[in-house]
Parts: sequence; structure tokens; C-alpha cells
Amino acid sequence: MTPLNEAKANSAEAGHSGKDVRSDVHVALEPRDRGGLAITLESRVKPYYGDSILAQSRQVLESLGVKHARVQVHDEGALPFVISARIETAVKRAGLGDGQKALPDSVALPERSPRDRVRRSRLYLPGSEPKYFINASLHGPDAIILDLEDSVHHGEKDAARILVRNALRAVDFGACERMVRINQLPMGLEDLAEIIPEAPDLVLIPKTEHSLQVTEVERMISELMARHHLNRPIWLMPIVESALGIESAFAIATTSPNVAALTIGLEDYTADIGVAKTAEGRESLYARARLVNAATAAGIQAIDSVFGDAGDVDGLRHWAENSRALGFEGMGCIHPSQIPIIHAAFTPSLAEIDRALKIVAASEEAQQRGLAVVSLGSKMIDPPVVERAQKLVQRARQIGMLSC
Amino acid sequence: MSDRTELVQNAAKRMVPAMVNGRPQIPYLGVANYQPRARKAAPPVRTSKDYPENGEKRVADLETALRNCGLRDGMVISNHHHLRDGDRVALLALEAAAKIGVKDLMWFPSASFPSQKPAIDLMQSGVIHHIEGSMNGPLGDYCTQGKMRGMGILRSHGGRWQAIQDGEVHIDIAVIAAPTADAFGNADGSHGMSACGSLGFALADSIYADHVIVVTDNLVPFPCIPWQIQGNNVDYVVEVESIGDPAKIVSGTTQITRSPDRLRIAELVAKFLRAAGIMRNGFSFQAGAGGIALAFVDYLRRMMKEDGVKARFVRGGSTRYLVEMLQEGLTDYILDGQTFDLDAVKSIASDPRHVPTSPFTSYNYHGKGNFASMVDAVVLGATEVDVNFNGNVVTHSDGRLLHGIGGWQNCLAAGCTILAVPSFRDRIPVIVDEVTTLTGPGELIDVVVTERGIAINPQRQDLLDAVKGSALPIRPIHDIKGEVERICGGKPARPKLGNHPVAVVKWVDGTVLDTIWQLS
Repeated sequence: MTPLNEAKANSAEAGHSGKDVRSDVHVALEPRDRGGLAITLESRVKPYYGDSILAQSRQVLESLGVKHARVQVHDEGALPFVISARIETAVKRAGLGDGQKALPDSVALPERSPRDRVRRSRLYLPGSEPKYFINASLHGPDAIILDLEDSVHHGEKDAARILVRNALRAVDFGACERMVRINQLPMGLEDLAEIIPEAPDLVLIPKTEHSLQVTEVERMISELMARHHLNRPIWLMPIVESALGIESAFAIATTSPNVAALTIGLEDYTADIGVAKTAEGRESLYARARLVNAATAAGIQAIDSVFGDAGDVDGLRHWAENSRALGFEGMGCIHPSQIPIIHAAFTPSLAEIDRALKIVAASEEAQQRGLAVVSLGSKMIDPPVVERAQKLVQRARQIGMLSC
Repeated sequence: MSDRTELVQNAAKRMVPAMVNGRPQIPYLGVANYQPRARKAAPPVRTSKDYPENGEKRVADLETALRNCGLRDGMVISNHHHLRDGDRVALLALEAAAKIGVKDLMWFPSASFPSQKPAIDLMQSGVIHHIEGSMNGPLGDYCTQGKMRGMGILRSHGGRWQAIQDGEVHIDIAVIAAPTADAFGNADGSHGMSACGSLGFALADSIYADHVIVVTDNLVPFPCIPWQIQGNNVDYVVEVESIGDPAKIVSGTTQITRSPDRLRIAELVAKFLRAAGIMRNGFSFQAGAGGIALAFVDYLRRMMKEDGVKARFVRGGSTRYLVEMLQEGLTDYILDGQTFDLDAVKSIASDPRHVPTSPFTSYNYHGKGNFASMVDAVVLGATEVDVNFNGNVVTHSDGRLLHGIGGWQNCLAAGCTILAVPSFRDRIPVIVDEVTTLTGPGELIDVVVTERGIAINPQRQDLLDAVKGSALPIRPIHDIKGEVERICGGKPARPKLGNHPVAVVKWVDGTVLDTIWQLS
């Protein structure tokens, strides 16, 4: 007798192969009524991992309840977590494996992420391109973003979701904060169902215009956390990308204590107000300043957009310095080469730190001596200046520029 | 080779054939344990009365030249590879030999390239018996499939000079492609439409071969200035329409890698040299023309400028990056073994501080020293490196021939030898328990730089001390290997190598370091 779920199954494919493809695998699945699993493998790493790939393929198929199928695996040096994801995607596209997951071995979860963590740089990793995942943290961004939204083709959303879930589980992202950008609601809710059990540190919510969107995401996350017994924070970073969103920035920022930062998407914003996006960013000055103000008023971080031309080093430096001067605490990166430039711009200079330390010391001394007025040399220091100096010293400690 | 070959174990515990192509071999004895006692080989004495007084050595074509040189069955024909994949002369010579009707030649190129694939047909038709020289691509596959009648012998650039000079290989006829030459046979590589820069790889052939034919597509009236090949060693000069495809001889521009992971490796190498104090005034270095090596040069150049440091000399493979350093005053000289791009060719032709060298000056181990051991730091690649720092550069992990040795083995003599390699390629770990083919002994390999960290050979306590306290990610090699195996899903399976030798790897002193086995 043929099991019901296999009777209605279709042939399906997932993943990529070809001359220019690296670290991915293409899986073609053809369910059948009997005859067990017939798996064929083509792979450039066959002499080294051929047996291991065949064994893993069989194990993944069996764990998803696929008993009879022809499966062609065309591997381009994919790592095990990618192979699992591609097979699972093919199985689900065939209408099989309902509700089941083929989870790869997991690495240890990193420490929980503090709300005010340093977020100078976040490196975007397209959720459908596994080759970028494994070495991303080596380039030293403060965060990586596994992107399910704009960098993923519409027809690949299901595949990217499973791949990103496996990456969160199996890839050691080192000291990086693990962020995921979900799709707009309601599709974003499906993304959450897949990724939240793997405890990302932060979720970016695109195209946020109302605090209700944040509430909806937050409710879904807390349900999933309760169901999976997760007891660590998952922060939210709404992305404001429209004129309406900018007008609602403060309301969005104050929706929940889980909102740790607010960021802006300038491609969509400039399209919304009907102007061209320039390297100087004059057209978005108001929106960015408004965002900084809203975030500061809400007591959270304001994070800038990305600089889209990876080849323009001077343009990026200028943008990033300007961005820090506006009050932003970091920005996005589309290429690892942008990271050191962004870090340099968002890192206080030694002279700044030195001056801040002197001000802090003078204020502590004044306090000890019961003086109401802080002075440094012959200059009187206003209380807000002291406060700014304290913040700067704290930041310098967080990024390791001060040892104590 | 149908008969069984006797195998012996060498000092590196590798099984190597006792006889190769009918000649008894000395198994590798250790890095510097072989003491040769012999005199150098030499070609026959000639007399000027047999050569035209007016210096006119031109003959109609290659076939005539080869006939005049007395080409017959079983001879050794040599070529150089300065024209790289654009070379036309080697195939012209071999095809002319086929036309004459000789058999069983040994072809002795300084390296072979994929465009020389037709040499396979000449092996199948019996014109070529076997090849001694680097083989990759289709020729490499032909060899590792056991189809070649003789055994392949892989030598370093220095080892090739050593073998010729010591009489291990006797060249009957050297056919030298020359971008510029005069009718007397003086020849040079830096000018002409097929300019390739240095002609150093052809120098030994010109000195030691019984007969020398120069083939050029740019004949100039005597004298050809400058000359790297001396006409006094040359028997015949042949003019042809084209010696090679300029587009494939040199690249228009050499490109730095854009891969962030490889850039990271390159930057770590440069930072290591700076932190270890090797990058200091008057130092020297050598790096190849691979993507990582070029990027390394670019990072080092920036750091030298920041620190106000100047090199005394740098060793080519030269590219526009080295040329720019010369022009910026960051080095006094380029000592150039091969010239890779148009800017470098232009520079060697016009700048007296950009000097062509040969494997004799640079690499030959059986000489009164050589330049390689005077270089402070060298940055090399590898297909595999093992936990004892042994390196493989000739075979893929599955045993297929992949590269020639080039100057790689010779460069290991530098003060600090650095292998700059990704920790894995397409899921295949580069750091392994034991290299598939031993090409360089670990005691000469000091540092392995990967994107995941820097491993220093424990034998180099001085280097470990020099970078102590730096921010560099210094890690034990086992540590990096363990991490990569976790990422890749366990240790890779060892490929099954056959037990039939198809080629050997020579050490720089002519002893046999390892064997390449037929693939099953």
C-alpha cells in the first residue's frame, strides 16, 4: 500500500550547481511508490566526502519520512548544513516531510547579546548564498545579518528560510551578533517560525511604518520562545523606509523594551519621497536626523543605512564620518572591505578618548571634593559635556580601546 | 613502464623508485645531506672555423636546423616556458621532428602548458617517449593515468639547472624561442612583439646542450642589445612569423584577488612580516603572481610607506605591483626570474634597476650559493600542508598532477618561508595529517597563514617570540586543522593511490623526494 503523503507527491528540485557555483548543492527529487531510495552523486569532492554525502543524504531523507525516491545530488563542495537544507527544501517542495525538520549538528550558542551592544557594522549575507556564511565572522564585523528579504528571489524564500535556520544552528559566527532580516509581514511570520527556535540575537523588521507591526512580530517571537523554551533575549531593530515610517519613528522605537535600535533604509525612503539617492545623502538629511532624535528620545541606538558602492572607499569614509557626526552609532556593510573603514569612522580617536578620560577624572575629583562645578585646567565643564565624556569612555571600553 | 620498479624508502619515509627511465637514482637523504663528488657536464668543444665568419647562422626552417643538428631517435629536445600558454615554438619543433620521422624523443621543457596538449598525440604516435618537466592539465592527466611510456620527472627551476649541469640530463638539441635575436644567435626577451621579459630558463640549455637553435620572430641586425643568450653557444637561427600568442604570453594587467577571504590571508601575511620585525630597512622578499601573493605585495607596500621602510631588493616573478614599488623608491632593485605582465616587461626593457636573473644565480643548489637563501621572506602557495609543515604543490589531494614545482622548492631556503593558503577549498581541507605528495620538507617551512589564523613551525621559536604579544591570530596548526575538520564534517577520506609509479619529485640536489602514483 502506498502511504498517502507519497501518493500526492511531485518531483521537485532545490539548490544550485554549475561551473560558477561554489559551496552549494543541487538536489533533484523524484518520489516513487516503491524501490527505496536511489541516490546518485556527482561532486568535485567525491574522493574525500562522497561516502559521507551519500550517507548524510539518506539519513536526511529518512528523517523526513521519504522512503521511496530517486534523488540526484549534484554537489559543488557544499558543507553539511547546506546539504541538509537543500534536501529538506526539495522534500518540502515535493509536498513531503510535512512539519518535520532535518536539523544539522549545532555549535554552542554564543553568549546572550546585551541590549546596548556595540553595533558599528553589520555585514549583510544574502540568505540564499551559503558560500558567504562560513567565513563572514573572520572579517570582524560587529554583527552579521542573514537576509531573507531583498537579496532573496521570490521563488527562493522557502529555501533561504531553511538555509538560514541551519546556518544559525551550525555556523560559528564567532564574536558577531547574529541578526536576521525577515520579510515584510505576513511572510515575515513564516520566517520567524523557522528561525526563532535557533535563537538569533536580533531580528530586523523591514518597512516598518506603525508600532503595530513591531507588536505583531514581538508577539509571534514570544510565542515561539515559550514553545521552544528559549530564555534569552531576541532584540528587535525596525527598519524605517518610508516618509510615514519616519513620522512614526518615535512610536515605533518605544513599542517595546525589546526594540534595541532603529535603522533606516534609504533606497526605499528616497523612492518614497521621489528623489534620487546620492553619495552625499543631502536628500535624506532630515529623515536621518529625525531618526537619530527619535531613537535617542527612546533611549535606543540609531543605526544608519548601507553605503551601496563597495568600490568607493573615500565616499564610504566620508559617509560614515558624517553619519557618526549626525549621531548614528553604526551602519550596514554590503562587502567585508567596508568593515575597517566603518569601524574607524565609528571609533573614537585616541585624542577624543584622552580628553574624555580627563573630563571624567575631573568630574570624579570634583564629586569627591564636594564641588558643584567641574573644571579642567582653566575651563569650566558643563554637566552635559561630562555626560558625553562618560558615554564615550564607556563605548571605548566596549570596543576594547580601554582595558579597564 | 610495464616492468616492475624496485622501490626504496628515503629519508622522508617515502617509497621511491630506485631506477627512473633506466638511470639509477639516489633516494632523498635529508635537506642537506647529499654531498656530490663529480665534475660538471659540458658540451663538446667547438671551433669557429665550423661557423660562418660573418656570423650568419640563419637556416630556412626548423626542420633544416634540426636535420643539421643531427636529430635522431631517442634524443633529448628542450624548450623554455617564458612564453607560457602562448608558446608556439615547442610544438613547432616537436612537429618538425615528427615530420623528419624520428621516434622516442625525450621532451625536456622547463614547464609545459595546457596549449601544448598536442604533445599527447606525439606520445601516442611514438615521436615522444616521455616528458621530464612540469605537467598539468591534459598532460598531467595523461601521465597520472599511466599512459606515458617513461616516468615523468618533476624538478624545481633550480633543480632543472642542477640536473643539466650535473649531467643527469644531457640535452641534445635546445630549441630556444627568442622575442628578439640577431643572426649570430644573441637573443633576448625584453623587446619585440612577443616580448616576455627574462629568458633565464633557457640559459642552462644554451650553455650545456650539444646543439642550440634560436627561433625568433624579431630578427635584428647584429648586435642584439641587450642579450641574455649568447650567440657563441648557438648553432642555428630560424626566423618564423610568430613565436607565440602575445595575449597569452603576458597578461595585460595582473589582478589582485577580490575574494575577501584571500585578501584577509594576504593582509595577515604582511602584518606578520611587520610584527616579526622582518619588514625593516634593507630587507628583501619574494612573492609570486598568484592572487594572494599580489594582494600581499599591495598590503606590504602600504605598510612600508607607513613605517618609512625600504627594501634592498625584491625577487620577481615581476608584476606591475613590484614595478610600482621600484618606481616609488620602495626597493632598490627587482631581481627578476620571470616577467608576468605588460608593465613588468616594459620595466625590464627600460629600467636598469630591473634585472633579469636565471635559475643559476637564483636557485641552483649545486653552485657556490644562490640568491634564494639570501631572501629574508618568501610567500608561497601550496595545495596541501601537513601538521609537520610538509608542503605539497604538485598534486591535488586526489593524487592528480596539478602544478609544476616552479621555483617553489628553491624558495624554501629563504630566511622565513610562508605558505599563504586558505584553510579549505570547496570543503577540501588544505591542512592535513600527511601530504599526498611531499614537495617541500617541513623543516624548511616556517609559517602557514590561513584566513582562520597563523601557525608557526614550533622549530622557529625565534619567530614565535618575535610576534608574542601582537594582535595576530597565532594558533597551533593542529588547532586550525581541527576547526576546519569540524566545519567540513570530519576528516576527508584518503584517496586510494595505486602502487605503480608514474613520476617522481626531485629534491633541489637531484635526489628523489617522492613518487607520483598511477591513479586507479
